[in-house]
Amino acid sequence: MESEFLTTMALTFKLAAVTTLILLIIAIPLASFLVFSKIRFKSIIETIVSMPLVLPPSVLGFYLLLAFSPASAIGSFLTDHGIRLAFSFEGLVVGSVLFSLPFMVHPIQSALSQVPLSIIEASYTLGKSKIETMIKVVLPSIRHGLISGIVLAFAHTVGEFGVILMIGGNIPGETRVASIAIYDEVESLNYAMAHQYALTLFVVTFSILLLVYTLNKKSLGEIK
Amino acid sequence: MILVNVTKRLDTAEGAINAHFELSINDSEFLTLFGPSGAGKTTLMRMIAGLEKPDSGMIVVDGDVWFDSSKKINLPPQNRSIGFVFQDYALFPTMTVRENLLFAAETADQRHNVDELIELVELTALSNRLPATLSGGQKQRVALIRALVRHPKILLLDEPLSALDPGMRQKLQDELVLLHKRLGITTLLVSHDIAETVKLSDRLASIEKGQITQISSPMEFFSPQTLSGKLQLIGEVLKIEEDFPVAIITLLVGSSVVRTVVSSEEAAVLTIGGHAIISTKAFNPIVIPLK
Repeated sequence: MESEFLTTMALTFKLAAVTTLILLIIAIPLASFLVFSKIRFKSIIETIVSMPLVLPPSVLGFYLLLAFSPASAIGSFLTDHGIRLAFSFEGLVVGSVLFSLPFMVHPIQSALSQVPLSIIEASYTLGKSKIETMIKVVLPSIRHGLISGIVLAFAHTVGEFGVILMIGGNIPGETRVASIAIYDEVESLNYAMAHQYALTLFVVTFSILLLVYTLNKKSLGEIK
Repeated sequence: MILVNVTKRLDTAEGAINAHFELSINDSEFLTLFGPSGAGKTTLMRMIAGLEKPDSGMIVVDGDVWFDSSKKINLPPQNRSIGFVFQDYALFPTMTVRENLLFAAETADQRHNVDELIELVELTALSNRLPATLSGGQKQRVALIRALVRHPKILLLDEPLSALDPGMRQKLQDELVLLHKRLGITTLLVSHDIAETVKLSDRLASIEKGQITQISSPMEFFSPQTLSGKLQLIGEVLKIEEDFPVAIITLLVGSSVVRTVVSSEEAAVLTIGGHAIISTKAFNPIVIPLK
């Protein structure tokens, strides 16, 4: 029992960590595009990014499940290449990335939109390329947005339930994460175990948030 | 020698205008683009910097083509030898004063000169501070020397002093004069401040509604009827007190307030907040040396 608890917790945080890392890589260019691009269909992309905020998780999970099934075009393409997303850890990562996308993109987007255009132009006039400007000028000045995005995406993935239940099921060691385990334990009236999961999640997420807010306040104090 | 001949469609408050600027700037010259806001001064400067693209025309600097619409040449700002000082300073908020300058430096020599530049504007004691902890005047000095780190061919100043209080403005104007004399760098300034223009520039290009209407020395521009042996000052009208048949006017000349008496007729053409020239035929002025 004890080892099952540890496996489930490890899987939960592994999923959150992998999801957060992938989101960070996707969200920076995506948020830059949303802030700086002047293309007309931008608001459509903005809407798609924000959809998971309002869409019931089961809706997203349902469509992902259909897409992952070997009967669909995407699913059969993936199966042909030896990738199985339904009821697998990889499938959970795909679902979590989509579902937590706005939680990473929005803080970065709002931080980017506060960056004065003149410091970007100043960097260009000092001979620095767009990429060097992004890394050395823009990213350091939006680090609070980056931290918020990382924390929100991580916490949101840890707490995810509906999408995972739909596309992952409840396979121990593969797709069984803490939020599902709590539901499962409660259903079999095993309240002690449910408590163990719930309290652990509570303490861990509280600690992460506390740490981030403390660090954030400290570095903000330095700037002021 | 910098040759500019560009056109660009500008969207202004009074509708779209087709701006056309033709200008040549001599080596080591201090040229001011003077005119009301929305006339296209900043756009012209940004086109020279490569931050905005002209619709057509060419920009040639010391024989190097920076922009030529007929040959489809448009160097990005990174490849133009410019130093640009922005109105809002545009210092990098996460870097200290010294790091801001080091970021600009490209060669070992330039990195080596950073401390010298900091000393030149008396900021050595503040070199490890973040921009947010500096005053407006200090920030502007950092922005100015940061623009000079790479030894650009042309220094572009976009209303760099407009956000400062009058005292700090004058001090920085003096520093700019000294710096320009010392480094001899070709400088283009955008300004709508008469005193600043007269004090700093060798020549002035007056810009109105996207056209250069006149290029001349600043004094010629502001007081066309030049008389020799005449003492003249430019001031801002602060107050007009009618006392027929005369009027007492109060002007701000430099940092001192001057009151003088004019006829009611003369006062009628003056407006409060406008600029005026006070001149006196310097037949018998009292000149006392300042200690």
